Amino acid sequence: MEREGATTTLDGDRTGGSVVLECRALSKSFGDRQAVRGVGFHIDQGETYGLLGPNGAGKTTAISMICGLLSRDGGEVFIEGARLDTKSKHTKAAIGYVPQELAIYPDLSARENLRFFGKLYGVPARELGSRIDDVLAITGLSDRADERTDGFSGGMKRRLNIGIGLLHRPRLLILDEPTVGVDPQSRNAILTNVEELSGEGMAVLYTTHYMEEAERLCDRVGIIDQGEIKAEGTRRELVAILGQRDRVSLQATGDIKRAAQEISHLPSVDSATDREGGLDLIVAEASHQLPRILQVAASTAQVTGVEVIEPDLEAVFLKLTGKALRD
Amino acid sequence: MRGALLIATKDLLGSLRDRSAILSAVIAPLALAFILSAALGNADEGSLDISFAVVDEDRGPVAEVFVGDVLGSLERQDVVNIREESSAASARRMARDGDIAAAFLIPSGFSDAVQSGDHVELSVLTDPSSDIGAQIATSIANGYATELNAVRASVGTALAVKGARPDPGAIRRLGRQAARAETPVAVAEAFVGSREFDTKTFFVAGMAVFFLFFTAQLGAVSLLRERREGTLARLLAAPLSRASILGGKALYTFVLGVGSLTVLVVSSQFLLEANWGDPIGVAALIIAGVFAAMGLQSLVATLAKNNEQAAGYGAVVGVTLGLLGGTFFPLSQAPGFILRLSFLTPHAWLMRGFGELSGGVAGVADVVPSLLALLAMGGVTGAIALMRSRSLVAVVAR
Repeated sequence: MEREGATTTLDGDRTGGSVVLECRALSKSFGDRQAVRGVGFHIDQGETYGLLGPNGAGKTTAISMICGLLSRDGGEVFIEGARLDTKSKHTKAAIGYVPQELAIYPDLSARENLRFFGKLYGVPARELGSRIDDVLAITGLSDRADERTDGFSGGMKRRLNIGIGLLHRPRLLILDEPTVGVDPQSRNAILTNVEELSGEGMAVLYTTHYMEEAERLCDRVGIIDQGEIKAEGTRRELVAILGQRDRVSLQATGDIKRAAQEISHLPSVDSATDREGGLDLIVAEASHQLPRILQVAASTAQVTGVEVIEPDLEAVFLKLTGKALRD
Repeated sequence: MRGALLIATKDLLGSLRDRSAILSAVIAPLALAFILSAALGNADEGSLDISFAVVDEDRGPVAEVFVGDVLGSLERQDVVNIREESSAASARRMARDGDIAAAFLIPSGFSDAVQSGDHVELSVLTDPSSDIGAQIATSIANGYATELNAVRASVGTALAVKGARPDPGAIRRLGRQAARAETPVAVAEAFVGSREFDTKTFFVAGMAVFFLFFTAQLGAVSLLRERREGTLARLLAAPLSRASILGGKALYTFVLGVGSLTVLVVSSQFLLEANWGDPIGVAALIIAGVFAAMGLQSLVATLAKNNEQAAGYGAVVGVTLGLLGGTFFPLSQAPGFILRLSFLTPHAWLMRGFGELSGGVAGVADVVPSLLALLAMGGVTGAIALMRSRSLVAVVAR
């Protein structure tokens, strides 16, 4: 099914639920810079959709328009069929937003933060106390509930940041890179929480530049770069874009940039990108082509290691954009 | 409205916990007012602690009037202390030793000389180190001499008109009549500026008004802090209008401003014996003053890029207008052009209003000009700030 914009859209394994979020041809510019161009996708109930792209790809701008934080230059957003803009108070109440930056009040306790946002979202007073206790339990903060949050560790603040988004039982939970700067233990706890929420029927929009998170959490992934969704689908569908291609990682020293340029001219090489300490290649029938590749590389660089990696989303991103996710 | 109330309550809770807000809104102005009034507060307390001696070698009726009525009256009003000395030598010694600021010497035959129109001197011995005391003593003596000369001129005129020979009895009678006659021209005291506070009330009012403009920027600064720390994005994503967010910040500032001024007024009345005057007028001035301060400081905040810059700009505006507006010194002591410039500041209008009321006589009607000026200033600056607030209540574009 072809959607708006220059998007490669694949018919994914639909969950069969009702559509919670529908975005159509979103666009936004800041001065001369077009941050988002024609972004469109939908998320069903109980589905986790990932926006995978490097920093500056337009993920946060797209999310800000979906949440009604930023006005749109073009396009539309529907939450359960209701059009949303910056003034849609009722529609906004269906969204739980977890910003990338920690958005909690340091001079309030965890419980007070939750109570404040719970009241803002209109959680009934008779339910508020039990909902706060539930969220504190989910985020593992029950023991520290009445302490000011300026004394919390970074991981605890992150978990509270997510908990605030969950408090009012939103139909759509939007998480903007929630694991940035988080220790591995807290990161794993956050990912487990998101998996559980999706299992409970919540629609989740998850942005990340970590391929592993997108592969672990997301039913479908939209690959975004330079404000455009380049492709979307399930992991299996996206990897299929690569065909019989493999990702080859070379560890090398010397003139790596020139080596990448020369390798990219080989007929079986889709893309060759230099990085610190080596090169990343997308190659058709890598096992057959590897000797020729190593020969070309050796003309300008010293290859110290070779790894042929099973196709993954990183390789898909590399093929679609010609650059690595971490660029 | 519910959202605005929630935001205002949350911010007030934060301010109560963050002692710096309470410190700048209540403790600092009260402490500074206490220190300033303790250091400078005796200037208007009635007694100047000045002593005069009087040596009455005459004991006649004219001398008795001077000692009993003129000097006695000043002593009864606690303006000066009067000691009667028996000899000019002892009075001179006391003046030289600094025990008294001045001594009046009434020579023998003073009353007769006055009544018969002869030349006579009332001497004033002064302590050179007591400038104020010497000037007061000289003024008292000059005033009495002028009065006597006026009476004598009246009597002389009457005798000249009658063309009769001077009869001592008639002279005395005419003298008494002239002395009782009302002065045809009286000097009336009129105020061209605001009435003056007593010293303690002046310093409390000055510090309260000065610090109000720091309190009044807290709402706008907290909005910029929320934008920087990311919580504004969360508020904007909530089912809440932008007007509710602005309204919450305005309500928070208003409650904090009115609350802190009210605490200052009430506590200074008990702790420093400040005299604020009509409570309704004071309440009206507090509300109008907070409104003006909020408008001005919100406008200043819209010129800033972040909360630190806004706090800096607000402090510069607060200090500059505070000095110009007479919160540190009475404007009556300032040159004319400063006095005229001061009325461009809300500080001056607020101080003028508090000054009017502090006499205890004026009421709300007397501070209407101040109220109107403050409301106009707050309305104009607040409206411009509101128009410029669109960029303030928005997430930072990436």
